[in-house]
Amino acid sequence: MDKRQQLDLLFFMRLTRSLEDRLDNMYKQGKIVGGLFRSLGQEATAVGSAYALDQKKGDILSPLTRDLGALLVVGARPREVFANYLWRATSLSRGRDQNLHITDLKRGFLGTISPLGTLIAVMNGVMLAAKMQKKKSVGMVYIGDGGTSTGAFHEAANFAAVQNLPLVIVGENNSYAYTTPTTKQMRILNLADRAKAYGMPSEIVDGNDVMAVYGSARRAVDRARDGGGPTFIEAKTFRMRGHAAHDNQSYVAKEVLDQWSKRDPIAQFEKALIEQKIAVAADIETVTKRVDQVLDEDLAWAESQPSPAPEDALGGVYADDGKPAAIGAGK
Amino acid sequence: MPFRKEGRPLRAAHTGVQELRPTNNRIHMPAITLLEAIRQGLWEEMERDERVFLLGEDIGVYGGAFKVTEGFTGRFGEERVIDTPISESAIVGAACGAAMMGLRPVAEMQFIDFISCCFDILTNYAATSRYRQGIGIPMVVRGPCGGGVHGGPFHSQNVESFFLNTPGLKIVEPSTPYDAKGLIKAAIRDEDPVLFFEHKFLYRNPKIKQEVPTDDYIVPIGKAAIRREGRDLSIITYGAMVYTALDAADRLKEEGIDTEIIDLRTLLPFDREAILESVKKTSKVIILHEATRTGGMAGELTAVINEGAFEYLDGPVMRVTSIDTPVPYAPPLEEFFLPQVDDVLKAARELAKY
Repeated sequence: MDKRQQLDLLFFMRLTRSLEDRLDNMYKQGKIVGGLFRSLGQEATAVGSAYALDQKKGDILSPLTRDLGALLVVGARPREVFANYLWRATSLSRGRDQNLHITDLKRGFLGTISPLGTLIAVMNGVMLAAKMQKKKSVGMVYIGDGGTSTGAFHEAANFAAVQNLPLVIVGENNSYAYTTPTTKQMRILNLADRAKAYGMPSEIVDGNDVMAVYGSARRAVDRARDGGGPTFIEAKTFRMRGHAAHDNQSYVAKEVLDQWSKRDPIAQFEKALIEQKIAVAADIETVTKRVDQVLDEDLAWAESQPSPAPEDALGGVYADDGKPAAIGAGK
Repeated sequence: MPFRKEGRPLRAAHTGVQELRPTNNRIHMPAITLLEAIRQGLWEEMERDERVFLLGEDIGVYGGAFKVTEGFTGRFGEERVIDTPISESAIVGAACGAAMMGLRPVAEMQFIDFISCCFDILTNYAATSRYRQGIGIPMVVRGPCGGGVHGGPFHSQNVESFFLNTPGLKIVEPSTPYDAKGLIKAAIRDEDPVLFFEHKFLYRNPKIKQEVPTDDYIVPIGKAAIRREGRDLSIITYGAMVYTALDAADRLKEEGIDTEIIDLRTLLPFDREAILESVKKTSKVIILHEATRTGGMAGELTAVINEGAFEYLDGPVMRVTSIDTPVPYAPPLEEFFLPQVDDVLKAARELAKY
């Protein structure tokens, strides 16, 4: 990977963190309603994995709510993320769904829904269609440690293996499912152990090392494209904030957080870039400036966008409905 | 197969009013069962449109538990007739994803009872996709429903009201071979997810065999059919209960009650206009369904009638339904559970007092 690409990785990780910092502030100011889900500490997993996709080949990403970095890599713009959080009429979901539940299949990203595991089942169909249409595209879908306990995950992982689908499942092991530690989710040490049950190849990777995640994802994507079927990648990382902004993470020991903060994915990567003489401090400064500039512009754009009219709640339930099939009294 | 001389051939479903007597002066085609009609519809759609494919449990070489897809693998290949693991969520999830990418999947539930295993995918994903993200899911999930065959609690259910409360889904249940073929074709061509319920008591029932056109036709989703015209009483029903209603109507005629029978055919979105028109004409209405009572279709339709035709009513809207229990297995228990002609007669006589 050349210098430009490595600075790209840094850019997307920094963009993710700064965007979320701003969302965090907006949440505290009451500008954002509903939940705010951060990926602090997990940026390398999201960015490194998605960077292995190739949209020119029709690859499709289906991220979870802690994969903002992956969405940005495949081309979602920060303004679209701001606008969706700010429930603007012109946002991708037009105010109909929250946070990162945004979709644009033309650009190759398919938004998640809140029930976990569901999108693996859906991505199976996306890749089944690609196979039937003789495309060479690959899908990448994410699941958390907690999400691997769902029935949908098990059914879908097995189905992907049986159908030999070109799918990469990235298992983000961030140690907590909301408040529940992985020790209460499973009796196995590694999420990757689950893959064995489906006859699916797997890898375990340091989820805070963006280059390692990229390397692992690259191998899995190549295997899928070559007809080698699905791969499960377990990225070991840590969720450095609560489940959502309301959660103060009181159930996580301070020592654990201190330990993981020493392994911050962005600080580690910047250090490595300098030490390996791939980049100089000025390069990193340029990246940071670019991030701020993009976010300033995009936030201003998003804030200037209109809110939906109340009656915009109507319609779009069926293809032929100008309005919903049943309209409640008084509407 | 000999030409059919009696029975209930129906014609011109799109006109709403259908002929119930044999059409002796027409050129006869072989009369077929409801199952064969569905099979023909699926087959013709797969011939017509290469985007259509099937997936489900045991549907391939074996041809499905009820043999609806027998012979399909030989014609269309394993890629378009996919045998899957016993994983309803994975089956319907895959159908959703493929539909979003431009294909036209038809997923089979071996028994419709098992559709509850993929409730999340249907209600949270398929039903909301167009509204949330502007992407329609043109998918059909079909399977055998209903009782009367001693299948017990897990092979006899009618599950429509689990899904009636979910905007974004369509629900179809044909009662005749003609409609079954026309509706399965319409469902496959529809831009939204359609749940297609096939009453297994009707599947091979020789009494309802019917001549069905070999030319391409569809029966539109969302339109009811009038199975019998009458002035005194409306019975609104669907599925196998259409025949219970017809039998009851014959008996009621002897008692001087002229009964109209509305076969909904589509349960969501149901044909509000057809229901209200009939109620306004007869002023008395029984809603008859095989699903259990509380929270069923009948409650919803009663509300619609109250909202849209209250001043036309001469008596209370009556419900004739199964009882509020799981579907029992033993024949005498199941017979007690299911609505019978006598139950309809009793309700009609009650109504006649108003």
